[in-house]
Amino acid sequence: MTVAAYAVEHLNVALDGRKIVEDVSFTIEPGTSMAVIGPNGAGKSTLVKCLLRLLPATSGRVRLFGKEIARYNRRALARVAGYVPQAGEGNMPFTVEEFVLMARYPYLGAFSHFTDTDRRVAQDAMAHADVASLAKRMLYTLSGGERQKVYIAAALAQRPLVMLLDEATAFLDYRHQVEILELTEKLRHETGMTVIAVTHDLNQGLTRYDHVLALKEGAVAYWGPPRGLLEAGRLEQIYDTPFRFHEDPGTGAVYVMPGERQP
Amino acid sequence: MKKKRMLLILGLLALLTLAAAPFIGITPVSLDDVLHPSGGSTGAVVFWHIRVPRALTAFLAGSGLALGGMAFQALFRNPLATPFTLGVSGGAAFGAALYMRLGLAFALLGIPGGTWAAFAGAALVIGLVYALTRARGGFATPTLLLAGVALSFFLSSMILALQYSASLHDSFRLVRWLMGGLGMVGYDAVLNLLPLVVTGAIILLMLTNELNLLSVGEDLAASRGLDVPRTKKLLFFAVSFMVGGIVAVCGPIGFVGMMAPHICRLLAGSDHRNLFPATLLFGGMFLTACDVVARVLFAPAEIPVGVITAMIGGPFFLYLLLRRDTGRLFQ
Repeated sequence: MTVAAYAVEHLNVALDGRKIVEDVSFTIEPGTSMAVIGPNGAGKSTLVKCLLRLLPATSGRVRLFGKEIARYNRRALARVAGYVPQAGEGNMPFTVEEFVLMARYPYLGAFSHFTDTDRRVAQDAMAHADVASLAKRMLYTLSGGERQKVYIAAALAQRPLVMLLDEATAFLDYRHQVEILELTEKLRHETGMTVIAVTHDLNQGLTRYDHVLALKEGAVAYWGPPRGLLEAGRLEQIYDTPFRFHEDPGTGAVYVMPGERQP
Repeated sequence: MKKKRMLLILGLLALLTLAAAPFIGITPVSLDDVLHPSGGSTGAVVFWHIRVPRALTAFLAGSGLALGGMAFQALFRNPLATPFTLGVSGGAAFGAALYMRLGLAFALLGIPGGTWAAFAGAALVIGLVYALTRARGGFATPTLLLAGVALSFFLSSMILALQYSASLHDSFRLVRWLMGGLGMVGYDAVLNLLPLVVTGAIILLMLTNELNLLSVGEDLAASRGLDVPRTKKLLFFAVSFMVGGIVAVCGPIGFVGMMAPHICRLLAGSDHRNLFPATLLFGGMFLTACDVVARVLFAPAEIPVGVITAMIGGPFFLYLLLRRDTGRLFQ
């Protein structure tokens, strides 16, 4: 029996007395992928932050490879779980190379220096994420898509077993969306990494992930394989709006798009 | 490699400034005076007993203030956030002013009471700033800066009240000190400052990777394995220690902590492993040069060095504030 990458039991998170995540449970096996979907304000980002212990849980258990995340020290946690937030406008005054090398921090001893190994891993990570040619550029001179790939390269340099992406493809043009999706898929196949991704794109969730976790008002509205989302009324119930389904005659894959609301 | 050369040039310039500063002033100093410190000539006394300790004090204070500013700018991800603008210098000044007004005179562990009082004032304000960053997920940096302004006003009114109630003599002494001056310093000032600035600088030197991570944002820093609350506390402690000690000796000298690290970012980049030595050298050199200007500008009268730094720093602050991409450097 394998140890689950993440095993979450009855997780509750409240901020300022307001419940943001309510009784969420799920288990995800190593090497598989999970999309987190749901309407705005459903608690998706809060859940991800809680999985990384960037926010404290109010109650419940989160185990990462069998060990409670509260019992990891920060550096150990960073060697297991990598975080890719939306790169957005965050304009840091660092070059790509400096930024990616900084992600080797969890492997540093106290007050020590980066080694040649750290530099090599950072180079590898940049090559993997296809940003090696940007190494000397300042982060704030990059386009949104390029910056997002640099964030992925930096998380990769941590050599994590799980990668958590929070809307990494939002606001990107189609080319960059596809590039980033293909990049995460490639990594998953090459390194056996577990991927958890928050996304607003339902079709991504349907076609690219092994599991889907749908949140609504902080609670689990659906948890299971993507095709289960296609059951009549399910998406409508999650998003409070009608949907239409289209089957691709070539591949048989089903795509969804929002339908018109009844007058 | 370009950055290494930049550091080398900065180092040479800093040495040159430090070596040249004691030669400049209205009393001429000959090489003979310099070579015979105990020769009893006026030049020798002026050089070795007044100008050399003064230049050393200015260099130490400048380095310490600049490094404190560098740490705060990284911590708050804003070039306008420094111990001076957030009210920490004001807190230290109030502590030291209270000590002077009460006519206290004691020393503890070899450190004079005025310095302890300044530590306490600085620590109090830093504690308040820290609480504000922690309360309800933390306030945005602009809010903190405004709080710093309000706090500075409050503290200066408290100092004014102290001053109003003081005798003419004490009151004059307070005013001179508050303007930030290096007029009355000897080797004891150097010896007071040295351990504080060296300790503070060593702590910051050990935290250069941590400062880099903090300057990209706290969530990202934590996800890279940084213990953010612990690092912040250590930084706050080191900075209040250093700034408190400097304010006790030299008065609240403003804007060095804002200008020096910002200029160094343009020269040496934002990686704190390069930025730290650049800021240390530039800050020391800058305040030493400002002090020379303060001594000779209206010679034989002397203006407090804090007036000079504020005259340069005020417009610089406005420039940073109005520059379109200030927010882009840090956000």
